[in-house]
Parts: sequence; structure tokens; C-alpha cells
Amino acid sequence: MMRRFFSYAKRYKKQFIIAFLCVIGETVFELIIPVLMANIIDYGVMQNNSIYIIKQGIMMAICAVLALILGVLYSRYAAEAGQGFGKELRKEEYERVQKFSFSNSDHFSTSSLITRLTSDVTILQNTICNGFRPLVRAPFMFLMALFLTIKLNAKLALVFIIVAPVLGIGLYYIVKNVGPMFRKMQANIDEVNTVVQENLIAIRTIKAYVRGDYENSKFARINQQLRNHSEKAFRLSVMNMPLFQYMMYTTIVCLLFFGSQMIFAGEMKIGELTGFLSYVLQILNALMMISNVFLMIARSIASMERILEVMDEVPSIKDCPQPLMNINSGTIDFKHVYFKYNQEAKENVLSDINLHIDSGSTIGILGGTGSAKTSLVQLIDRLYDVSQGEVCIDLHNVKDYSLKVLRDNVAMVLQKNTLFSGTIKENLLWGNKDASEQEIKWACKQACADEFIERFPDGYNTYLEQGGTNLSGGQKQRLCIARALLKHPKILILDDSTSAVDTATETYIKNALNALQDTTKIIIAQRVSSLQHASQIIILDNGRIHAVGSHDDLLKNDSIYQDIYYSQLKGVDL
Amino acid sequence: MARQITSAKPKNLKKTLASFKKYIGLHKISFVLIALLVIMSTSISLWGTYSIKTVVNEYVLKNDFHGLIQFIIFMAIIYFIGATSTAIYKQLMVHTAQSIVQEMRNDLFSKMQKLPITYFDQHPHGEIMSRFTNDLDTVQDALNNCFDTLIQSFIMITGTLFLIFVLSWQLSLIVFASMIVMYFLIQYLTKKSKIYFKKQQASMGILNGFIEEMIDGSKVVKVFNHEVENSKEFDQKNQDLFHEAVEALTFSGRTIPTVVSISYFNYALVATVGGLFAINGVMDIGSLSSYLVFVRQTAMPINQFTQQLNFILAAMAGAERIFDLMNEIEEIDEGQVTLCRVNINENGLMEETNVNTGHWAWRHPRKDGTVELVELKGDVRFHHVDFGYQENHMILKNIELFAKPGQKIAFVGSTGAGKTTIINLINRFYDINKGSITYDGIDVKLIKKDDLRHSISIVLQDTHLFSGTIRDNIRYGKLDASDKEVEEAAKLANADGFIRRLPQGYDTYLSGDGANLSQGQRQLLAIARAAIANPPVLILDEATSSIDTRTEKLIEKGMDRLMENRTVFVIAHRLSTVKDANAIMVMDHGKIIERGNHDDLLNNKGRYYELYTGKTELD
Repeated sequence: MMRRFFSYAKRYKKQFIIAFLCVIGETVFELIIPVLMANIIDYGVMQNNSIYIIKQGIMMAICAVLALILGVLYSRYAAEAGQGFGKELRKEEYERVQKFSFSNSDHFSTSSLITRLTSDVTILQNTICNGFRPLVRAPFMFLMALFLTIKLNAKLALVFIIVAPVLGIGLYYIVKNVGPMFRKMQANIDEVNTVVQENLIAIRTIKAYVRGDYENSKFARINQQLRNHSEKAFRLSVMNMPLFQYMMYTTIVCLLFFGSQMIFAGEMKIGELTGFLSYVLQILNALMMISNVFLMIARSIASMERILEVMDEVPSIKDCPQPLMNINSGTIDFKHVYFKYNQEAKENVLSDINLHIDSGSTIGILGGTGSAKTSLVQLIDRLYDVSQGEVCIDLHNVKDYSLKVLRDNVAMVLQKNTLFSGTIKENLLWGNKDASEQEIKWACKQACADEFIERFPDGYNTYLEQGGTNLSGGQKQRLCIARALLKHPKILILDDSTSAVDTATETYIKNALNALQDTTKIIIAQRVSSLQHASQIIILDNGRIHAVGSHDDLLKNDSIYQDIYYSQLKGVDL
Repeated sequence: MARQITSAKPKNLKKTLASFKKYIGLHKISFVLIALLVIMSTSISLWGTYSIKTVVNEYVLKNDFHGLIQFIIFMAIIYFIGATSTAIYKQLMVHTAQSIVQEMRNDLFSKMQKLPITYFDQHPHGEIMSRFTNDLDTVQDALNNCFDTLIQSFIMITGTLFLIFVLSWQLSLIVFASMIVMYFLIQYLTKKSKIYFKKQQASMGILNGFIEEMIDGSKVVKVFNHEVENSKEFDQKNQDLFHEAVEALTFSGRTIPTVVSISYFNYALVATVGGLFAINGVMDIGSLSSYLVFVRQTAMPINQFTQQLNFILAAMAGAERIFDLMNEIEEIDEGQVTLCRVNINENGLMEETNVNTGHWAWRHPRKDGTVELVELKGDVRFHHVDFGYQENHMILKNIELFAKPGQKIAFVGSTGAGKTTIINLINRFYDINKGSITYDGIDVKLIKKDDLRHSISIVLQDTHLFSGTIRDNIRYGKLDASDKEVEEAAKLANADGFIRRLPQGYDTYLSGDGANLSQGQRQLLAIARAAIANPPVLILDEATSSIDTRTEKLIEKGMDRLMENRTVFVIAHRLSTVKDANAIMVMDHGKIIERGNHDDLLNNKGRYYELYTGKTELD
């Protein structure tokens, strides 16, 4: 798993290497300085040589300056390396998510995708930034000190050969077991956050039903779980400190004991014993540092897994090897189309859909809640792929076109209108980034958006908040229609896009759309009045085509259409 | 390890500490115990380093084998105690920290339940959410690590200083001077890096905002082939973040090498001067070498100490925000009138009972100690009501309204006319500024809020579902409802059909606010939820706006049954659904501009007529 993450660090290899060398350099100085100090005592003081002492002192100062330079260099390159890694990973993940089809993204919730792209990447990045230094330093220190101890006194080094593995095994045990515990804890944290989030969104419902106490006890329950799991995880992970102390103290006591024996026997000098002690402590310290890094990694494994899940998700909708690059007409055919969102689902959402739609015609789709109107039109520009059968545009299967060409030629105004933060003009340019001022005005006029845009003090440069919250529903819908018109599409799909627009405006838009001779228009609506003049109306019922025909035909022959028509005739909608 | 510090210092440290006392107080003994154990463990560790000299000087040099064995055994015991105290205080610390965090989290959550709706109107969800996540996390981190480390490094510093002072006060002057320089340098560097981290945080916010917006609007991104442009923009923002982060980390990363090299300088200076001292006989060699060992130990605790101090300050800032929320004014409820079950005897008199009779009454305690029972009927009246979200800006002006038990009252008007606001006053989501609202003749302010809300069912404009099964969600209206009741309610709302078609039927698990259901289906569930609660007053706020007209027709019967014998307030976009109301209020800018039944209003040829004939846009 780790190896896959290393590949994102590739572009910053140079920085990683420099940072690596800096740490090594720093560590070397750390080992040199005590030697210089020993020289001061052993030669300078012993030989009463004050010039020598001052010389060594200056050497130490130079070492200190060099260490400072290396340290500063390290912080620069390590920052670039760690952040660069994060940048590449984030970018790669974003590109991947952007390639997702909706059947892909349906596997993740929106909020979880966002977390995976933001905080999970940050966690990994921090692990690298904080873990790199000890991870380089510790093994180096470990090897150096090991070498020196064995050289100093191989017999005494035996003590440490017994203690180090015990410490190693203990630390390994902690790191290994704490990983799954942290994962459980993370799952609990997600749960807690979900409940808080839900409560925030639904606070009115909760208050209206007086369910405060109910929610409190629900929360207390999962909070208790979180507490239990996190206490367990932390209890184990903090044990590395006392374990380290036990081992360190054991070593000191043993070394003092055996060392003194050796001194008594004349096998060792006092100075050697002190030196030995300090090296052994360095070895244990290095092990401790490594275990700390591994604990950190154990905590970020959950994030790694969550990111890998995104990376491993294979985009289910891709271009075929030699895609067609031209769409000449807006003829649409559905041939025995079956569709379900989830392969495992028992029932199809759409069943045996057969349709032929002439280029340039206007088609209405009508049907009850959950009759799969939206699902049907989403198959045309491959937001989802059919489960069975085929959808054709201009007599070719939609799968044979390049996705870009297909979606450039099919404009869809969605039920849930999304506008982005930015000016009105910027939003409109989504339809065609090269559109001229005139074209923009034309599109807005067709969609009846010009009148309200021009009333704003800043006109087309009016800034929209995220989601266009500073516009009314009707205004948003009209802007979205204008945006779609700017694409000059072969096929235009309006999914319940005029529901908040008053009838007079709707009629105007309808007439403007009818003037687009070369564009096939598919209109989903709730109101019969919106569709009455369509050349064909498709009645969907429970994912099947119940009837197809003109308004007059259907009114005569189709029971559902009659139902809808009369239910609305009585109301305001006529 | 350089953790990132981004939160500012707390504004009022004293107040925050005082609020913290409540949580710490419960664990006072644990904290004292931890402090003692930390002191013990640290002193032992210091003593151990010092004792190495004793071993060498007292026993090895003097060839005292017996004494050596005794001393080493003594050392082993002391060391064992030291490491064991570490183990105990670490465990105790985790336990205490987790208890405190758990208590705070629970308190925070139940506090949230008690806040008035206005609080949620004025504070973005993300902000409240970050009390639970970021702020509580920093508090947890500080509790987990800082308390013991702070004491430990403090003892290390003072202990070491004391020992070196004893060894040689002259040399210690150099050490003191360099420690002071170190302390101020660390403070300065931390302060400066905070500025950089703030910038980094800002670019991070921009990038995350972009990611959020684009993932949210991914359908539109696809439909408009906007991936390439988005990638470009993403790269730009990602690059900006990279740049700021590198700046911040480069700067903050300098702290450690700076401290380390000052300690080297210090070391070099002390060694040189000490060496010269030794030559001149001011100091002996033994003292010099153990002196130098101690000097090397001073740098890290200072760094640790200042770092921990900064973490604690950050945690205090987080805690301050948490306590700010905990100190918010709660929803006021001084109501004395409660709901109770009653039995109506043959004379039409009511008596309180515990049996489920299907009859309810308001239990109204009088000042003279007597209790009056008023039958719960659902008679709602507004008398000259003025209301505004802000004191100086009235949204509703002089609203006058009567709804007799069993009547259906409808509100129509454009967005912002005040329809939803009126409804929110009935169950006291908001309190009125002037006038009064009565329920069965009792001022709603006198009624206990919980009981008032129990008597009213409301289907809100936006349907919110909870993680759980469909059954759980419907049962939300009545927690002790049987499975049969749940299904009955679903049938009434015409939701039974689609529920049965779901993979696990009523036991299908909904997650993420019921994301896998369509708006219309969610509304049907909300209606079922209201139905199961079976209250005398029902409020439907655009309850069928996402349901198509045909399905609406199908549930009409169910709705009629639901509304039967109840006082119903309806807000509707589609005027067809309000035609049969006893009274229709046409609202505009916080005023009722027309009222009457459907026919009256049509004959008036006023606003209602315009709306009805489609001459005016409703939204």
C-alpha cells in the first residue's frame, strides 16, 4: 500500500534526496560535537593547552553554524517534498474523481468524497512532514551507535543485544495492535459527526417533534462507544513511553553492573563505560523515535485506505478506443433499453424502452413521482450507461462517440440547478467559453433572463453566491436555460426546468425554443400545459412507457394522461 | 515533531479557565495524582543521570564491590518505581482526558438541543460543527499530551538548572543567558510562523471550497464538459496552497535547528570556558564532564516546554469557543401549562387519568393553587401579532387570525411574504414581539414548549430524514408506535407502495439524509411521520411541492383523512391544493392582503385571482 503512495513523491525526488542528506549531515555533526568536547577535556585540559581548547571551541562553533545551515536547508526541502507529495496526490485524486461516472460517485457520499480530497490528504501530508526527519535520523543513529558500541566493547554490547529485541517486539506489538483500534475510533468519529450534522440540518424537525431527549440519548450512546474505542487505542499507544523507560533503565542498571565488574577486572576503562552508556541510550532512543513514526503512520492508515478506495474506483464510463467525433443530427433512438442504478438491484428502474425521436422535434415526458423520467434522459448524454439495450444518437450508439463530443452536443438543464460562485457572465460562459457579448444577450433573451439581469445594478457582472442563493428559483431556472442554449446543442433536454417560472414567461420561452429548428427538444414537466404543444408526449409509468402520442390522441385514449389533465384543469395550472 | 498551530490565543484566558474548572473539578484527584506521578517519574530520571556519577566516584573508583551491588539494587528499585509511575500516569491521563472530552461532547450536544432556532439561523452549520471537530480535537490533544509533558519539561529545566548551578555557578551564567535567548527566539519564531500559517489556512480554505462546490455540482460539470477548465483552476489553487504551505513550513521548520545550534554554541562556549577554568584550577575535571552532560540536556526541554505552551494556548482558544457556545442563552420556556390525559365522564366533566383515553387536556395551574383542565381541541388565534427577526425590522405586521378546531386555513403568497414565519410562531420556534397567540384560549407563552409542540405536527418545506431504517424515520413521530401503526401511516401517505419496492422494504437503511430517495418520496415519508403523531393541529408547509399532481391526487384521500377533525394550516405553492380551505390568506410583505374562501377571492379579482390565472409568478 505504501509503495503506491511513494509514486506520488516521484516528482519531488530531488527535494527528498536533499532533505535526506541534510538530516544525515545534521546527525553527523551531532556525533562530532561530543568528540570535539572530549578532545577539550582529554587533550586540552590534561595538557594545559589553552590555545588547543580555544581552537576546538571554534571548531565546535563552526559545526554549530553548519548544523544551522543544514537545518534551515532541510526545512525548506522537506517542506517542498512533503507539500509537493500532497499536491500531486490531491491533483491525481481530483482528476480521478472528475472522471467518475455517477454510478461511481454513488458509491461514495458527496461529503465523504470531499473529506477524502481534503482532510485525508492533509493528514497524510502531515505524517510525511513530521515523520520524515525521525525516520531518516533514527535508523542512521541506530546503525552508527550500534557500530560504535560493538567496536568499543563487544562483550558488553551483549546486554543491549538482549534488551533491544525486547523493546523492538514490544513496540511492534503496540504499533500492530493500535492500527485497527484507531480505525474503529475513526469510524466512531464519523458516526458522531454524522449525528451532529443531521441534528444541525434537521433541528426544526427535532424541535417540532420534541425529540431533544431522544437525540441526546442516541448521541450519548455513540459518544460512549467513541470514548471506549479511543480510550482503548490511546491507552495502548501511550504505553510505548513506559515500555521505553523500563528497557532504558534495565540497560543502565545492567551496564553499570557488568561494566563495573569489567572495570574491577581491569578489562575496561571508566571513560569507556560512560561513552558506552551514551551510545546505548542513543540506540534505544532511535528505536523509540521509529516507533513514534509508526504510531503516526498507524493513525494515518485509515486515510490512506480511504484515498486508495477513490483511486481504485474504475471510472465506469470511458471513451471507446476509436470514438466518433461528429454528430450531425439530433435523432434519438432507444432500443430495448433496460436500466438500473445498482447491478444488484432486483427491479429495473427503466424496462424495455423503445423510442424514436426525430431530429428537431419537441418531445414531452410526463409521469408520476419516481416514474424514472430523469433516469431516462440521463442515458442520452451518458451520465449513466444503460444496463441492457442501446441508446443511439444520429443512428450511432452513444457509447461510440467521444464523451466530449457527445456532451457538447447534448445540453441538459437539470432539475437541481447548480450555479457556481462567480459573476452571471462567468456562469453563462460555462455553455461556451468563447461566446461573444451578443451571443450571451441572445441566449438570455430566449430564456427571458435578460429582463431581470439588466435590472441588477451590475448587470451581467452581478456576483452570484455559491449555488446562486441570491437569486429566486425562477431566476435560477432561466439562467440555467440560457447557459444551456449557449452551447447551440443538437439536443436540448429540460428536466422540469420551468416549474418556478410563471405561465406567461414559460410561453415565451417555449416559443423561443420552438424556433430552434435544428435542435431536438426533450421537455420533462409536471404541468400538462407545458407540454401540450409537443409533437409527441411520452407517458412514463413505473419505468415503462405507458403511452406515446400527441396531446389530442392521449387525451382521447390514455387514462393516465386524462387523470393528470383533469387533476390540473381544476387547479391553477391551466 | 512540529505540529501546526493555527488557532489564535484565547481572548479571555481567565474566563475560559474558570469554565474549565467544572470539568477538571470532577477529576481533581486524578489530576493531583498525575502531577505527583509525573514529578516522581521525572525526578527519578534526573536522579538516575546524576547517580551515574555517584556509581563511578563512590564505588568503582573506591573498589567497593559490596556497596556497588547494594547501590545498583537500590537504583533498580527506584528506576522500577519511576517507569511504573510513568505507566500509571500515562494510563490515568488517557482515562481522565477521554472522560473530560466525552463529558464536554455530551454537554455540547445537549446544549445544542436547547438553543433557540434563531441561533441556528445566525450561525452557519460549519461553524457549529467545528466546535465538535476541530475545537474539541485540540482540547483532546492538549489533554492527552500537554499536561504531563509540561510538568515534565518544567521539572527537567528547573532540575537541570539547579544541578548545574550547584556544580558551577560561573559557567551557569552562560547557560542562563543562552536559555533566555532561546526562549525569546522560540517565542518570536512561533509568533511569526503563525502569520504564515494563517495564509496557508486561507489558501487551504479556498481550495477546499472549490473542491466542495465542484463535487456538489458535478452533474453540471459533466453536462457542460467543464472538466478541463476545472482542472486548470484546481491546479492553480493547489499550486497556491503548495506555495503558502512551503513558506509556512520552511519558516516554522527553522525553529528546531535554530534552538539546536544555539545549544551547540552554548555547549562550545561552556566547554571552552570550562576547559580554561579547569586549566586555571577553578574547576575539577569530574565536575566539568558531568556539567557538560547536563548542559546538553537543557535544549530539548526548553523547546518542548514552549511548544506545549503553545499547544495549550491553542487548546484554550478552542475551549473558549466551546464554552462560548455552552454559555449561549437557551430557548426560554417559562410555561406552566402541561398536557395530560383525561377521562370525560357522562356529565361532560374531565378528570385526569393515566389511561390512554384518546382525550387530552391542558392542565392549567392557577395562582390560588387550583388546577383548571381545558380540553385540547386545537383552536388557534392570533391577536394583533407583530413579529420581526430583528427588533427594529418587523416581518409580520398586525396579523389577526382565527382557526377553529377542525378548520383548514391556507396561506398563499410569494416567497418572503411571511407564510412560513406565521407557522413558526404557532409552535414557538420564534416568539412574537407584540400581540398574542392563544391555543384553546390559553396564551401559548404560558404553555410548556414541549407540550405545545407535542400537540402540533408539522411537515416542513425541506424534508429531513435521519440515518436509520424507513421504519425508524416514520416512528420518529411517535416513538412507541407499533409496526402496524407505522405501516398504516405509510399507507395513509401513499408511501407504502414505494417502500415495499425498496430492497429491504420498511427496514431499508437510509443514510446521508435519505439521499437515495427522491424529493417526492421523502415528502411522502414526512407526511407519514406527521400522521403517526396524531395531533390535534397539523401544519403542512409546502408538504406536497415535490409530489406530482397525479400522486398528489392519489394521496388526496389519505390527506383528507389525515386532516379530518384537525385544525390544519397549509402553505402551498400549487393553489389547487388549497381550494377547499375554510379560509385562504393571501399574504404580501408580512401582511394579510386578502382573505376569504376560494370563490370569494376569485370574485374579488385581486391578487389571488392573478395568481390563480397565472398572471403573476409565485416564486
